[in-house]
Amino acid sequence: MNQRRSYQIGTGLFILLGFAALAYLATQTTSVANFQQGPSYTVKAGFTNIGQLKLRAPVKIAGVRIGSVKAIDLDQTKLQANVEISIDNRYNELPDDSAAAIFTSGLLGDQYVAIQPGGSPTMLKDGDEFVLTQSSIQLEDLIGKFLVSGGPSKPADSQSGDAKPDDKNGATPPPAAPAKPDTDTKH
Amino acid sequence: MSSVLDPKKPTTPAPSRGELSSLGDSIAQVGACALFLLAILAAVPKSLRYIKETIRQIWFTGAMSLVIIMTCGLFVGMVLGLQLYYVLSIFGGTAALGTVVSLSLYRELGPVVTALLFAGRAGTSITAEIGLMRATDQIAAMEMMAVDPMAYVAAPRFIAGVIAMPLLACVFNMLGIFGAHLVGVSWLGLDNGTFWSNMTSSVDVWKDVVNGVWKSCAFGAVVALIAVFQGYTTPPTSEGVAYATTRTVVFSSIVVLALDFVMTAFLM
Repeated sequence: MNQRRSYQIGTGLFILLGFAALAYLATQTTSVANFQQGPSYTVKAGFTNIGQLKLRAPVKIAGVRIGSVKAIDLDQTKLQANVEISIDNRYNELPDDSAAAIFTSGLLGDQYVAIQPGGSPTMLKDGDEFVLTQSSIQLEDLIGKFLVSGGPSKPADSQSGDAKPDDKNGATPPPAAPAKPDTDTKH
Repeated sequence: MSSVLDPKKPTTPAPSRGELSSLGDSIAQVGACALFLLAILAAVPKSLRYIKETIRQIWFTGAMSLVIIMTCGLFVGMVLGLQLYYVLSIFGGTAALGTVVSLSLYRELGPVVTALLFAGRAGTSITAEIGLMRATDQIAAMEMMAVDPMAYVAAPRFIAGVIAMPLLACVFNMLGIFGAHLVGVSWLGLDNGTFWSNMTSSVDVWKDVVNGVWKSCAFGAVVALIAVFQGYTTPPTSEGVAYATTRTVVFSSIVVLALDFVMTAFLM
Protein backbone atom coordinates (compact mmCIF):
# COMPACT_ATOMS: atom_id res chain seq x y z
CA MET A 1 0.00 0.00 0.00
CA ASN A 2 2.80 2.35 0.94
CA GLN A 3 4.63 1.60 -2.27
CA ARG A 4 1.44 2.17 -4.27
CA ARG A 5 1.05 5.59 -2.67
CA SER A 6 4.63 6.50 -3.47
CA TYR A 7 4.30 5.81 -7.17
CA GLN A 8 0.98 7.60 -7.31
CA ILE A 9 2.64 10.65 -5.79
CA GLY A 10 5.50 10.22 -8.25
CA THR A 11 3.09 10.08 -11.17
CA GLY A 12 1.28 13.16 -9.92
CA LEU A 13 4.55 15.07 -9.61
CA PHE A 14 5.61 13.94 -13.08
CA ILE A 15 2.36 15.13 -14.64
CA LEU A 16 2.59 18.42 -12.77
CA LEU A 17 6.18 18.89 -13.94
CA GLY A 18 5.19 18.10 -17.52
CA PHE A 19 2.35 20.60 -17.54
CA ALA A 20 4.52 23.18 -15.79
CA ALA A 21 7.09 22.74 -18.55
CA LEU A 22 4.38 23.13 -21.19
CA ALA A 23 3.05 26.24 -19.49
CA TYR A 24 6.55 27.64 -19.26
CA LEU A 25 7.22 27.01 -22.95
CA ALA A 26 3.87 28.42 -24.00
CA THR A 27 3.98 31.60 -21.94
CA GLN A 28 7.63 32.51 -21.42
CA THR A 29 9.26 31.66 -24.73
CA THR A 30 6.57 32.63 -27.23
CA SER A 31 4.88 35.79 -28.40
CA VAL A 32 2.44 35.38 -25.51
CA ALA A 33 5.20 36.73 -23.26
CA ASN A 34 5.00 40.04 -25.12
CA PHE A 35 1.32 40.50 -24.33
CA GLN A 36 1.69 40.50 -20.62
CA GLN A 37 3.27 43.80 -19.83
CA GLY A 38 2.97 46.13 -16.91
CA PRO A 39 1.33 49.52 -16.88
CA SER A 40 2.29 51.56 -19.90
CA TYR A 41 1.60 54.90 -21.55
CA THR A 42 0.86 55.55 -25.20
CA VAL A 43 2.54 58.02 -27.51
CA LYS A 44 1.93 58.61 -31.20
CA ALA A 45 4.24 58.97 -34.15
CA GLY A 46 3.47 59.76 -37.78
CA PHE A 47 5.57 58.17 -40.47
CA THR A 48 5.41 58.69 -44.24
CA ASN A 49 6.28 55.05 -44.72
CA ILE A 50 6.37 52.30 -42.12
CA GLY A 51 7.71 49.59 -44.42
CA GLN A 52 7.13 46.16 -42.91
CA LEU A 53 6.51 47.35 -39.35
CA LYS A 54 4.07 45.01 -37.63
CA LEU A 55 1.86 45.19 -34.57
CA ARG A 56 3.73 44.32 -31.35
CA ALA A 57 7.05 45.14 -33.00
CA PRO A 58 9.57 46.16 -30.34
CA VAL A 59 10.30 49.77 -29.47
CA LYS A 60 13.88 50.32 -28.41
CA ILE A 61 16.18 52.94 -27.03
CA ALA A 62 19.87 52.22 -27.43
CA GLY A 63 18.89 48.68 -28.34
CA VAL A 64 16.98 48.09 -25.09
CA ARG A 65 13.34 47.13 -25.50
CA ILE A 66 11.10 49.64 -23.72
CA GLY A 67 7.71 48.96 -25.30
CA SER A 68 5.87 47.78 -28.37
CA VAL A 69 3.81 49.00 -31.31
CA LYS A 70 0.17 49.05 -30.18
CA ALA A 71 -1.71 50.16 -33.28
CA ILE A 72 -1.03 51.14 -36.87
CA ASP A 73 -3.50 53.29 -38.72
CA LEU A 74 -3.67 55.54 -41.77
CA ASP A 75 -4.19 59.26 -41.25
CA GLN A 76 -6.75 60.12 -43.95
CA THR A 77 -5.94 63.81 -44.17
CA LYS A 78 -2.15 63.69 -44.22
CA LEU A 79 -2.07 60.25 -45.87
CA GLN A 80 0.62 59.04 -43.55
CA ALA A 81 0.86 56.16 -41.13
CA ASN A 82 -0.12 56.81 -37.53
CA VAL A 83 1.69 54.47 -35.19
CA GLU A 84 0.64 54.18 -31.57
CA ILE A 85 3.47 53.12 -29.31
CA SER A 86 2.98 51.86 -25.80
CA ILE A 87 5.97 52.40 -23.56
CA ASP A 88 6.46 50.76 -20.21
CA ASN A 89 5.77 53.08 -17.28
CA ARG A 90 9.23 52.41 -15.93
CA TYR A 91 10.66 54.42 -18.81
CA ASN A 92 8.90 57.74 -18.27
CA GLU A 93 11.93 60.00 -18.58
CA LEU A 94 12.04 60.43 -22.35
CA PRO A 95 12.62 64.01 -23.52
CA ASP A 96 9.69 65.25 -25.62
CA ASP A 97 11.93 66.23 -28.52
CA SER A 98 13.10 62.64 -28.99
CA ALA A 99 12.94 61.28 -32.51
CA ALA A 100 11.34 58.02 -33.61
CA ALA A 101 12.78 56.05 -36.49
CA ILE A 102 11.96 52.71 -38.07
CA PHE A 103 14.98 50.49 -38.39
CA THR A 104 15.58 46.93 -39.45
CA SER A 105 17.33 44.56 -37.10
CA GLY A 106 20.11 43.08 -39.18
CA LEU A 107 20.00 43.20 -42.94
CA LEU A 108 16.86 41.12 -43.37
CA GLY A 109 15.45 41.05 -39.84
CA ASP A 110 12.20 42.38 -38.45
CA GLN A 111 11.58 46.08 -38.25
CA TYR A 112 11.37 47.97 -34.99
CA VAL A 113 10.90 51.52 -33.76
CA ALA A 114 14.07 53.08 -32.45
CA ILE A 115 13.83 56.20 -30.31
CA GLN A 116 16.72 58.62 -30.37
CA PRO A 117 16.60 60.67 -27.18
CA GLY A 118 16.55 64.45 -27.45
CA GLY A 119 17.71 67.04 -24.92
CA SER A 120 14.51 68.75 -23.84
CA PRO A 121 13.91 69.18 -20.10
CA THR A 122 10.22 68.27 -20.46
CA MET A 123 9.33 64.62 -20.75
CA LEU A 124 6.96 62.71 -23.03
CA LYS A 125 3.67 61.82 -21.43
CA ASP A 126 0.58 59.83 -22.34
CA GLY A 127 -0.97 60.96 -25.62
CA ASP A 128 1.99 63.01 -26.84
CA GLU A 129 3.24 62.80 -30.37
CA PHE A 130 6.77 62.53 -31.68
CA VAL A 131 7.70 65.65 -33.62
CA LEU A 132 10.64 64.16 -35.41
CA THR A 133 10.20 60.87 -37.19
CA GLN A 134 12.20 59.01 -39.74
CA SER A 135 10.49 56.56 -42.04
CA SER A 136 11.66 53.07 -42.71
CA ILE A 137 14.39 52.82 -45.31
CA GLN A 138 13.10 50.92 -48.29
CA LEU A 139 15.81 48.67 -49.59
CA GLU A 140 14.26 48.73 -53.07
CA ASP A 141 14.30 52.55 -53.17
CA LEU A 142 17.86 52.56 -52.00
CA ILE A 143 18.95 50.11 -54.66
CA GLY A 144 16.99 52.04 -57.28
CA LYS A 145 18.64 55.31 -56.34
CA PHE A 146 21.99 53.65 -56.25
CA LEU A 147 21.65 52.17 -59.71
CA VAL A 148 20.43 55.33 -61.42
CA SER A 149 22.63 57.69 -59.43
CA GLY A 150 25.17 57.71 -62.28
CA GLY A 151 22.63 59.18 -64.78
CA PRO A 152 21.15 62.43 -63.43
CA SER A 153 24.24 63.55 -61.52
CA LYS A 154 26.35 63.43 -64.65
CA PRO A 155 26.87 66.71 -66.55
CA ALA A 156 25.98 66.44 -70.26
CA ASP A 157 29.54 66.80 -71.54
CA SER A 158 31.99 64.33 -73.02
CA GLN A 159 31.31 61.96 -70.09
CA SER A 160 27.78 61.28 -71.32
CA GLY A 161 29.23 59.46 -74.28
CA ASP A 162 31.12 57.18 -71.96
CA ALA A 163 28.11 56.58 -69.79
CA LYS A 164 26.00 55.08 -72.58
CA PRO A 165 27.79 51.75 -72.87
CA ASP A 166 27.77 51.49 -69.10
CA ASP A 167 24.00 51.80 -69.04
CA LYS A 168 23.58 49.19 -71.70
CA ASN A 169 25.69 46.78 -69.73
CA GLY A 170 23.03 46.76 -67.05
CA ALA A 171 25.40 44.84 -64.82
CA THR A 172 27.33 47.88 -63.71
CA PRO A 173 28.94 46.94 -60.42
CA PRO A 174 27.45 49.26 -57.76
CA PRO A 175 30.81 50.35 -56.32
CA ALA A 176 31.61 51.89 -59.72
CA ALA A 177 28.65 54.27 -59.52
CA PRO A 178 29.88 56.52 -56.71
CA ALA A 179 33.29 56.63 -58.38
CA LYS A 180 31.85 58.30 -61.49
CA PRO A 181 30.88 61.68 -59.94
CA ASP A 182 34.40 61.91 -58.55
CA THR A 183 35.92 61.73 -61.99
CA ASP A 184 33.37 64.30 -63.18
CA THR A 185 34.40 66.87 -60.64
CA LYS A 186 38.01 66.54 -61.64
CA HIS A 187 37.20 67.61 -65.20
CA MET B 1 -9.02 -10.65 -35.11
CA SER B 2 -6.53 -13.22 -36.16
CA SER B 3 -4.50 -15.63 -34.11
CA VAL B 4 -2.22 -12.70 -33.27
CA LEU B 5 -4.67 -11.50 -30.66
CA ASP B 6 -5.53 -14.91 -29.32
CA PRO B 7 -3.54 -15.32 -26.15
CA LYS B 8 -3.97 -19.08 -26.17
CA LYS B 9 -2.22 -19.49 -29.46
CA PRO B 10 1.24 -17.98 -29.23
CA THR B 11 2.31 -17.02 -32.70
CA THR B 12 5.59 -18.36 -33.89
CA PRO B 13 7.38 -16.61 -36.72
CA ALA B 14 6.77 -18.39 -39.97
CA PRO B 15 9.93 -19.97 -41.30
CA SER B 16 11.22 -17.68 -43.98
CA ARG B 17 10.61 -18.97 -47.48
CA GLY B 18 12.55 -16.58 -49.62
CA GLU B 19 12.18 -12.89 -50.20
CA LEU B 20 8.65 -12.80 -51.54
CA SER B 21 7.08 -14.50 -48.55
CA SER B 22 9.11 -12.35 -46.14
CA LEU B 23 7.60 -9.31 -47.88
CA GLY B 24 4.22 -10.91 -47.37
CA ASP B 25 5.14 -11.48 -43.73
CA SER B 26 5.99 -7.83 -43.20
CA ILE B 27 2.72 -6.75 -44.80
CA ALA B 28 0.91 -9.20 -42.56
CA GLN B 29 2.77 -7.73 -39.56
CA VAL B 30 1.64 -4.21 -40.49
CA GLY B 31 -1.92 -5.44 -40.88
CA ALA B 32 -1.81 -7.29 -37.58
CA CYS B 33 -0.42 -4.19 -35.90
CA ALA B 34 -3.26 -2.07 -37.28
CA LEU B 35 -5.83 -4.61 -36.06
CA PHE B 36 -4.06 -4.64 -32.72
CA LEU B 37 -4.43 -0.83 -32.54
CA LEU B 38 -8.17 -1.22 -33.11
CA ALA B 39 -8.34 -3.90 -30.42
CA ILE B 40 -6.50 -1.61 -27.97
CA LEU B 41 -8.81 1.31 -28.77
CA ALA B 42 -11.79 -0.97 -28.25
CA ALA B 43 -10.36 -2.05 -24.89
CA VAL B 44 -9.73 1.53 -23.70
CA PRO B 45 -13.19 2.05 -22.14
CA LYS B 46 -12.86 -1.29 -20.35
CA SER B 47 -9.39 -0.41 -19.09
CA LEU B 48 -10.78 2.59 -17.19
CA ARG B 49 -11.63 0.01 -14.55
CA TYR B 50 -7.89 -0.51 -14.11
CA ILE B 51 -7.06 3.18 -13.77
CA LYS B 52 -4.48 2.40 -11.09
CA GLU B 53 -2.62 0.20 -13.53
CA THR B 54 -2.58 3.10 -16.01
CA ILE B 55 -1.19 5.40 -13.32
CA ARG B 56 1.48 2.83 -12.51
CA GLN B 57 2.42 2.70 -16.20
CA ILE B 58 2.62 6.49 -16.46
CA TRP B 59 4.91 6.41 -13.45
CA PHE B 60 7.02 3.65 -14.98
CA THR B 61 7.24 4.95 -18.57
CA GLY B 62 7.09 8.67 -17.81
CA ALA B 63 8.38 9.57 -14.41
CA MET B 64 11.15 6.96 -14.49
CA SER B 65 12.31 8.30 -17.88
CA LEU B 66 12.68 11.83 -16.56
CA VAL B 67 16.36 11.56 -15.67
CA ILE B 68 17.50 10.40 -19.11
CA ILE B 69 15.16 12.87 -20.85
CA MET B 70 16.39 15.80 -18.76
CA THR B 71 20.07 14.91 -19.18
CA CYS B 72 19.72 14.45 -22.92
CA GLY B 73 17.64 17.63 -23.27
CA LEU B 74 20.28 19.65 -21.49
CA PHE B 75 23.09 18.31 -23.64
CA VAL B 76 21.14 18.61 -26.90
CA GLY B 77 20.39 22.23 -26.03
CA MET B 78 24.03 22.91 -25.16
CA VAL B 79 25.26 21.36 -28.39
CA LEU B 80 22.67 23.29 -30.40
CA GLY B 81 23.74 26.50 -28.68
CA LEU B 82 27.40 25.86 -29.41
CA GLN B 83 26.97 24.75 -33.02
CA LEU B 84 24.44 27.40 -33.99
CA TYR B 85 26.45 30.13 -32.29
CA TYR B 86 29.41 29.16 -34.43
CA VAL B 87 27.37 29.03 -37.65
CA LEU B 88 25.39 32.20 -36.92
CA SER B 89 28.53 34.13 -36.02
CA ILE B 90 29.72 33.61 -39.60
CA PHE B 91 26.70 35.62 -40.76
CA GLY B 92 26.78 38.02 -37.85
CA GLY B 93 23.42 36.72 -36.67
CA THR B 94 24.18 35.38 -33.21
CA ALA B 95 21.25 37.43 -31.89
CA ALA B 96 18.97 34.85 -33.50
CA LEU B 97 20.44 32.00 -31.40
CA GLY B 98 17.45 31.82 -29.02
CA THR B 99 15.01 31.81 -31.91
CA VAL B 100 16.78 29.12 -33.88
CA VAL B 101 17.34 26.87 -30.87
CA SER B 102 13.77 27.14 -29.62
CA LEU B 103 12.19 26.66 -33.04
CA SER B 104 14.30 23.62 -33.88
CA LEU B 105 13.60 22.13 -30.44
CA TYR B 106 9.85 22.76 -30.44
CA ARG B 107 9.21 21.78 -34.01
CA GLU B 108 11.56 18.83 -34.55
CA LEU B 109 14.20 17.83 -32.07
CA GLY B 110 12.07 17.81 -28.93
CA PRO B 111 9.39 15.39 -30.13
CA VAL B 112 11.71 13.23 -32.25
CA VAL B 113 14.64 12.80 -29.86
CA THR B 114 12.26 12.26 -26.94
CA ALA B 115 10.42 9.60 -28.95
CA LEU B 116 13.68 7.82 -29.80
CA LEU B 117 14.78 7.92 -26.15
CA PHE B 118 11.31 6.84 -25.08
CA ALA B 119 11.50 3.86 -27.43
CA GLY B 120 14.86 2.92 -25.97
CA ARG B 121 14.00 3.51 -22.34
CA ALA B 122 10.30 2.63 -22.02
CA GLY B 123 9.43 0.77 -25.23
CA THR B 124 12.00 -1.96 -24.68
CA SER B 125 10.93 -2.62 -21.13
CA ILE B 126 7.27 -2.76 -22.15
CA THR B 127 8.11 -5.33 -24.84
CA ALA B 128 10.30 -7.38 -22.52
CA GLU B 129 7.72 -7.29 -19.74
CA ILE B 130 4.79 -8.34 -21.90
CA GLY B 131 6.97 -10.85 -23.75
CA LEU B 132 7.90 -12.52 -20.48
CA MET B 133 4.29 -12.42 -19.33
CA ARG B 134 3.47 -14.28 -22.49
CA ALA B 135 6.37 -16.71 -22.12
CA THR B 136 5.39 -17.52 -18.55
CA ASP B 137 1.72 -17.90 -19.49
CA GLN B 138 0.62 -15.02 -17.26
CA ILE B 139 -1.55 -13.67 -20.05
CA ALA B 140 -3.29 -17.01 -20.43
CA ALA B 141 -3.78 -17.07 -16.65
CA MET B 142 -5.41 -13.65 -16.78
CA GLU B 143 -7.85 -14.90 -19.39
CA MET B 144 -8.73 -17.77 -17.10
CA MET B 145 -9.45 -15.34 -14.28
CA ALA B 146 -11.77 -13.44 -16.63
CA VAL B 147 -9.42 -10.51 -16.78
CA ASP B 148 -9.15 -9.17 -20.32
CA PRO B 149 -5.41 -8.85 -20.99
CA MET B 150 -6.10 -6.24 -23.69
CA ALA B 151 -7.77 -4.05 -21.08
CA TYR B 152 -5.40 -4.85 -18.22
CA VAL B 153 -2.02 -5.16 -19.98
CA ALA B 154 -2.13 -3.54 -23.42
CA ALA B 155 -4.44 -0.54 -23.09
CA PRO B 156 -2.94 0.98 -19.89
CA ARG B 157 0.54 0.94 -21.45
CA PHE B 158 -0.77 2.49 -24.63
CA ILE B 159 -2.61 5.26 -22.75
CA ALA B 160 0.44 5.85 -20.58
CA GLY B 161 2.59 6.30 -23.71
CA VAL B 162 0.18 8.82 -25.22
CA ILE B 163 0.04 10.80 -21.97
CA ALA B 164 3.69 10.57 -20.94
CA MET B 165 5.36 11.37 -24.27
CA PRO B 166 4.15 15.00 -24.71
CA LEU B 167 4.97 15.76 -21.07
CA LEU B 168 8.46 14.31 -21.49
CA ALA B 169 8.91 16.28 -24.74
CA CYS B 170 7.97 19.50 -22.95
CA VAL B 171 10.48 18.80 -20.20
CA PHE B 172 13.06 17.99 -22.88
CA ASN B 173 12.38 21.28 -24.68
CA MET B 174 12.59 23.28 -21.48
CA LEU B 175 15.92 21.74 -20.51
CA GLY B 176 17.13 22.25 -24.08
CA ILE B 177 16.37 25.97 -23.88
CA PHE B 178 18.16 26.15 -20.54
CA GLY B 179 21.16 24.35 -22.05
CA ALA B 180 21.31 26.73 -25.00
CA HIS B 181 20.96 29.67 -22.62
CA LEU B 182 23.76 28.29 -20.48
CA VAL B 183 26.11 28.03 -23.45
CA GLY B 184 25.01 31.10 -25.38
CA VAL B 185 24.54 33.61 -22.58
CA SER B 186 26.58 32.42 -19.62
CA TRP B 187 29.49 31.01 -21.56
CA LEU B 188 29.75 32.71 -24.95
CA GLY B 189 28.57 36.08 -23.65
CA LEU B 190 25.44 36.63 -25.74
CA ASP B 191 23.12 39.32 -24.37
CA ASN B 192 20.45 37.83 -22.11
CA GLY B 193 17.72 40.23 -23.26
CA THR B 194 18.47 39.63 -26.94
CA PHE B 195 18.32 35.88 -26.43
CA TRP B 196 14.85 35.95 -24.85
CA SER B 197 13.26 38.83 -26.74
CA ASN B 198 14.21 37.45 -30.15
CA MET B 199 12.81 34.11 -29.04
CA THR B 200 9.55 35.54 -27.75
CA SER B 201 9.03 37.66 -30.84
CA SER B 202 9.32 34.83 -33.33
CA VAL B 203 7.97 31.71 -31.59
CA ASP B 204 4.24 31.17 -31.92
CA VAL B 205 2.25 29.22 -29.33
CA TRP B 206 -0.05 27.39 -31.71
CA LYS B 207 2.18 26.98 -34.73
CA ASP B 208 5.29 25.89 -32.85
CA VAL B 209 4.64 24.76 -29.27
CA VAL B 210 1.25 23.09 -29.73
CA ASN B 211 2.20 21.47 -33.04
CA GLY B 212 5.17 19.93 -31.24
CA VAL B 213 2.81 18.60 -28.57
CA TRP B 214 0.57 16.99 -31.22
CA LYS B 215 3.60 15.41 -32.79
CA SER B 216 4.80 13.97 -29.52
CA CYS B 217 1.31 12.61 -28.73
CA ALA B 218 1.38 10.77 -32.06
CA PHE B 219 4.92 9.51 -31.45
CA GLY B 220 3.96 8.32 -27.98
CA ALA B 221 1.04 6.38 -29.46
CA VAL B 222 3.24 4.85 -32.17
CA VAL B 223 6.06 3.82 -29.83
CA ALA B 224 3.67 2.39 -27.22
CA LEU B 225 1.68 0.55 -29.89
CA ILE B 226 4.76 -1.04 -31.42
CA ALA B 227 6.19 -1.95 -28.01
CA VAL B 228 2.97 -3.57 -26.80
CA PHE B 229 2.38 -5.31 -30.12
CA GLN B 230 5.90 -6.74 -30.26
CA GLY B 231 5.64 -7.96 -26.69
CA TYR B 232 2.19 -9.40 -27.20
CA THR B 233 3.06 -11.34 -30.35
CA THR B 234 6.53 -12.48 -29.35
CA PRO B 235 7.37 -16.18 -29.59
CA PRO B 236 7.42 -17.39 -25.98
CA THR B 237 11.13 -18.13 -25.87
CA SER B 238 14.01 -16.17 -24.45
CA GLU B 239 15.35 -15.70 -27.97
CA GLY B 240 11.93 -14.50 -29.13
CA VAL B 241 11.79 -11.88 -26.38
CA ALA B 242 15.28 -10.70 -27.31
CA TYR B 243 14.32 -10.29 -30.96
CA ALA B 244 11.04 -8.60 -30.07
CA THR B 245 12.89 -6.04 -27.92
CA THR B 246 15.28 -5.26 -30.77
CA ARG B 247 12.44 -5.00 -33.24
CA THR B 248 10.64 -2.55 -30.96
CA VAL B 249 13.56 -0.12 -31.06
CA VAL B 250 14.22 -0.55 -34.79
CA PHE B 251 10.61 -0.34 -35.91
CA SER B 252 9.59 2.49 -33.64
CA SER B 253 12.64 4.56 -34.65
CA ILE B 254 11.85 4.10 -38.33
CA VAL B 255 8.14 4.76 -37.93
CA VAL B 256 8.74 7.82 -35.72
CA LEU B 257 11.09 9.39 -38.27
CA ALA B 258 8.82 8.59 -41.20
CA LEU B 259 5.73 9.82 -39.36
CA ASP B 260 7.65 12.94 -38.41
CA PHE B 261 8.12 13.78 -42.07
CA VAL B 262 4.45 13.21 -42.85
CA MET B 263 3.25 15.22 -39.85
CA THR B 264 5.65 18.06 -40.58
CA ALA B 265 4.34 18.23 -44.14
CA PHE B 266 0.75 18.40 -42.88
CA LEU B 267 1.23 20.65 -39.85
CA MET B 268 3.38 23.25 -41.60
